Amino acid sequence: MSSLRVFFRGLLDENPVLRLLLGMCPTLAVSTAALNGLGMGLAATAVLVASNILISLLRPVIPDKIRIPCYIVVIATFVTMVDLLMEAFVPGLHGVLGIFIPLIVVNCIILQRAEAFASKNGVFLSAIDGIGMGLGFTVALLILASVREVMGAGTFFGLALLPATFEPMKLMVSPPGAFIGLGLIIGLINYVQNQREVRRRA
Amino acid sequence: MEIKKLAISSSPHLHSGVTVRQAMWLVVLALAPAALFAVFHFGWYVVAILVTGVLAAVLGEVAILHFQKKPLTVVQDGSAALTGLLLALNVPAGAPLWMVAIGSVLAIAIGKHVFGGLGYNPFNPALVGRAILVSSWPARMTAWVGPDLVSSATPLALLRAGEALPAYSDMLLGFKAGSIGEVAVLLLLVGGVFLIYKKIIDWKIPFFYIATVAFLTWALPARGQVGYFSGDPLFHVLSGGLMLGAFFMATDWVTTPVTKLGRVIMGLGAGIITAVIRLYGGLPEGVTYAILIMNGLTPLIDRYTMGRRFGVR
Repeated sequence: MSSLRVFFRGLLDENPVLRLLLGMCPTLAVSTAALNGLGMGLAATAVLVASNILISLLRPVIPDKIRIPCYIVVIATFVTMVDLLMEAFVPGLHGVLGIFIPLIVVNCIILQRAEAFASKNGVFLSAIDGIGMGLGFTVALLILASVREVMGAGTFFGLALLPATFEPMKLMVSPPGAFIGLGLIIGLINYVQNQREVRRRA
Repeated sequence: MEIKKLAISSSPHLHSGVTVRQAMWLVVLALAPAALFAVFHFGWYVVAILVTGVLAAVLGEVAILHFQKKPLTVVQDGSAALTGLLLALNVPAGAPLWMVAIGSVLAIAIGKHVFGGLGYNPFNPALVGRAILVSSWPARMTAWVGPDLVSSATPLALLRAGEALPAYSDMLLGFKAGSIGEVAVLLLLVGGVFLIYKKIIDWKIPFFYIATVAFLTWALPARGQVGYFSGDPLFHVLSGGLMLGAFFMATDWVTTPVTKLGRVIMGLGAGIITAVIRLYGGLPEGVTYAILIMNGLTPLIDRYTMGRRFGVR
């Protein structure tokens, strides 16, 4: 498989959030503002790339029967590093994301890529896969978070985007708004995908 | 096409002769007296709200049908107009028109068409629209007004605040603050009885709903009060959206149980949730959420109350 295909697969056809519906918990919980979505996406991407590389390197030494605990140890190590680094250098964002940073350990996207890809492929491809999947996660979070922030608060990355007469739709920054927004975005993506399928067949 | 008469289809085999379109317009007719009273009570601005609600719902449905490449004739069944009317009856009389329009369009789009259109929606579309508006613009949706749009508290809010309550006769006739369609309790009752007489709705849901609310608000002490069987059931029956909800929204064909026992359970459940929210909840009124929650339970209720087929053990 070419590295280019591996990269774009994570971004589009197998986008973890919009196509595979993985990592729903952080997606729904932190997508209240575009900056939070971007921060969460990049933090998870960093962990994903690092864990994919290390797990790919450790393939010969990890015994098959206890591979899942081994993956978790690797992932947890990187999550702890990212958690401490963010607390040191971006304390504001770290405070907002709170518990969801340590919870990257149990983010199913990262474990799934370790199990499905990094444990079967070389270091270079695993790194590319980690970047593609991580960016796919980040892009999906950024789209949902931008929609929610603009509609629910009238701002984008904290900047007032709409005139003061606009009354924000509070629903969109509350939990039900996350479900409705994500459902509509996935519906739109499915629609586009179906249209592409129809055109390919025609 | 001639052969269609001989075609074998699954039940039901008998048609009552009432079409969806006739039923929808009968419901609109039954709501008309209460809506006209609201115009008289609150002023002409109410007409603008009602027209906006209906127009936005119908135009929204036309746009969605066009986008989905479905036949536009679907609009003629009147269900979108009824949804828009019910939503408009569920907002305060001073609500801005843009909010009513957004609520109507979202009620049709998110309440109905994302699930596949009329007959497939799990939740009452008008209440979905109302719930969206309440959580999006809570201040505007609780900005209750009286005659001439002077701000004024609803009876349930007065009860919460421990202030003097309006007379029962005023509450029955509709001389109080509240949503456009909920104030004229007596006229809603007349409309509801008309629909029961016309066999458009089943008496069981409104009867058990209202009776449960009356019993529980009489039997249980509200928060901060002591003593059982000393509540004021008449006040609770005459206040809030209970009449409008019980007769016109908890009886929606699509989103409520089809079995007899199921309808009793629907009424009891909605009554219990409404009473508990009113007596102990954070909000003064709970009709919207009571009906939406029971809508969500409807498939389960139907499943467990479905009759045994003949010859099946």
